[in-house]
Amino acid sequence: MIKIDLDTAALEKEVRDWDQNEVKSFLAKQREKKDQFYTSGGFPVKRVYTALDVKDTPLDDVGLPGRFPFTRGPYPTMYRSRNWTMRQIAGFGTGEDTNKRFKYLISQGQTGLSVDFDMPTLMGYDSDHPMSEGEVGREGVAIDTVADMEALFDQIDLEKISVSMTINPSAWILLAMYVVLAEKRGFDLNKLSGTIQADILKEYMAQKEYCFPIEPSVRIVRDCITYCARNMKRYNPINISGYHISEAGSSPLHEVAFTLCNLITYVEEVTKTGMKVDEFAPRLAFFFVCQNDFFEEIAKFRAVRRAYARILRDRFGAKNPESMRLRFHCQTAAASLTRPQYKINIIRTAFQALSAVLGGAQSLHTNGMDEAFAIPTEEAMKIALRTQQIIADETGAANVVDPLGGSYFLESLTNDYEKKIFEIIEEVDKLGGTIKLIRESWFQKHIADYAYETALKKQTGDKTVIGVNAYVDKDEKFDVELHPHDPTTEERQIKRLQRVRKERDNAKVNALLEQLVQVAEDESKNIMPVTIELVRAGASMGDIIERLKKLWGTYRENPVF
Amino acid sequence: MAENIRVLLAKVGLDGHDRGVRVVARCLRDAGMDVIYTGLHRTPEEVVDAAIQEDVDVLGVSLLSGAHMTAFPRIIKRLGEKGVGDMILLGGGVIPDEDVTKLKQMGVADILLQDTPPNVIVDTVRRLVRDRGAR
Repeated sequence: MIKIDLDTAALEKEVRDWDQNEVKSFLAKQREKKDQFYTSGGFPVKRVYTALDVKDTPLDDVGLPGRFPFTRGPYPTMYRSRNWTMRQIAGFGTGEDTNKRFKYLISQGQTGLSVDFDMPTLMGYDSDHPMSEGEVGREGVAIDTVADMEALFDQIDLEKISVSMTINPSAWILLAMYVVLAEKRGFDLNKLSGTIQADILKEYMAQKEYCFPIEPSVRIVRDCITYCARNMKRYNPINISGYHISEAGSSPLHEVAFTLCNLITYVEEVTKTGMKVDEFAPRLAFFFVCQNDFFEEIAKFRAVRRAYARILRDRFGAKNPESMRLRFHCQTAAASLTRPQYKINIIRTAFQALSAVLGGAQSLHTNGMDEAFAIPTEEAMKIALRTQQIIADETGAANVVDPLGGSYFLESLTNDYEKKIFEIIEEVDKLGGTIKLIRESWFQKHIADYAYETALKKQTGDKTVIGVNAYVDKDEKFDVELHPHDPTTEERQIKRLQRVRKERDNAKVNALLEQLVQVAEDESKNIMPVTIELVRAGASMGDIIERLKKLWGTYRENPVF
Repeated sequence: MAENIRVLLAKVGLDGHDRGVRVVARCLRDAGMDVIYTGLHRTPEEVVDAAIQEDVDVLGVSLLSGAHMTAFPRIIKRLGEKGVGDMILLGGGVIPDEDVTKLKQMGVADILLQDTPPNVIVDTVRRLVRDRGAR
């Protein structure tokens, strides 16, 4: 620990003196707006912070970027070497439709791709399944077979651009399709960089996309992690996500604390196979939201980096510093966007994005101004991307690593966050662990409670939302132009799926499906290789999921509110 | 009027966005109503049948997936087939204005969009039940 020369007694005396004089006489003339101020996540904040607030903080806790405990960032030079990856998510219609949007975004300076899938793909249904009616290509791109993946990435160099796929229960099948596509096009698997989300635990907690019961689903995640550790050195096999926990209504503290509970569960599952933590932890990736409360969000990012470093080193015995450095993708807060005066969403998004950058994000998606209406138009996405480019190239915010490090307030709030994160983890451990508590709806209840409180605070005006409960424009007419849904999507998509089914060797697919069941029944086996063979032979996502549902069953939550 | 309004809230299709529907459930429950929530991933037919079985005044359906123009017509058709076309059908979620107009023409009593305050949700349900009159 490095000592700094702080005369605590003298400073305490000075603060007391200031309180008694300047503050007191000023308050006599003008009261403060509230008796007590809080962050949006409910942490009390003081009038001013001084060195006294961090006098017990070891300087090593703040440290240096790229060095344990990584409070100040995962890399020593951060954006001075390379800007964060500007990764706008896109997906709608068929593979061809989304491919055009990708090429547009790349032509506008986007540096990474991120794929949004439609609900049937996310839930593991083929486009011609009855549950898919009305949803094909609606909220994202429809993918049934490798043929769709070929269309999606047509003429895009996958060794040059990283691709993130936001998909969970059916993620391993998409990963298998990606592998097959890469092989077909002659790419080296160890040169592919990208991410599949594959964070199933937060699905049961928050986003609610699942196919199977919890245990087999976690086993599939484990298999993705071990497969990638051995075969795809630069690929992130999981993106452990707080974003959806937050969007489902949680507090920012619960967002990061619950995410680390999920992390702990995955690391435990993978190490049970005998794989050492340093063999896979360097490729674990994270995904958080950036909400409106500017400093709180920055403190949250810094605290979660530090907490992660300690968990990996102290709880799991990691030795490699790369296992201890948390890297995260960030997305601005969709649920903070409003329909009224929707153009001001650009401003909200810009501040949120700045907090992500000051918090040290590795990649960033900025939301489109029209997302409270529908999926974003090309124009909305362009403005969102330009927002990032302004932060990167005009504001100077990226020139210094962790420019707010050392701020009395920020360091103090970072400490508060870290302390509370560990308290929650301890509580979860004591109550029996993450999976048990998911079954008991413990996390879900916390999330629902905070969502309800937030709704009430918006109603009373306690939480200001411009355009909704303040500065309301009563005569507003919406002139928003929305992304059009192409009514031919479903038909085009189903046609291709049926063509693939007709052209493939069905006997081979059936034999492989039997192999899949054998692998699924034996928990010590990895499900990836047989899945890769299946999709190569033309099996659809639905073929694989439906077969496994017969073996494992499905999941239905016990809803709480 | 004695406050025994019965409401069934439902999510149909594959849409998993359930933050709003849970907030609505809690608002209505805290206002003294009997609230049943189906949970996720129901078919339009299932939720209509459940609403009939539970003998509710209001069936509230939440959709944020964009599939509302497929789901609501199926619900309305089923309500008609089952002879309960007068059950109050309420919608909620992310729905563009032009679709709101169309859905109301089809027979959806009202649509509660994002950020509708809890007191407005409660007032809307009470008003719709009052306007319908005794059953």
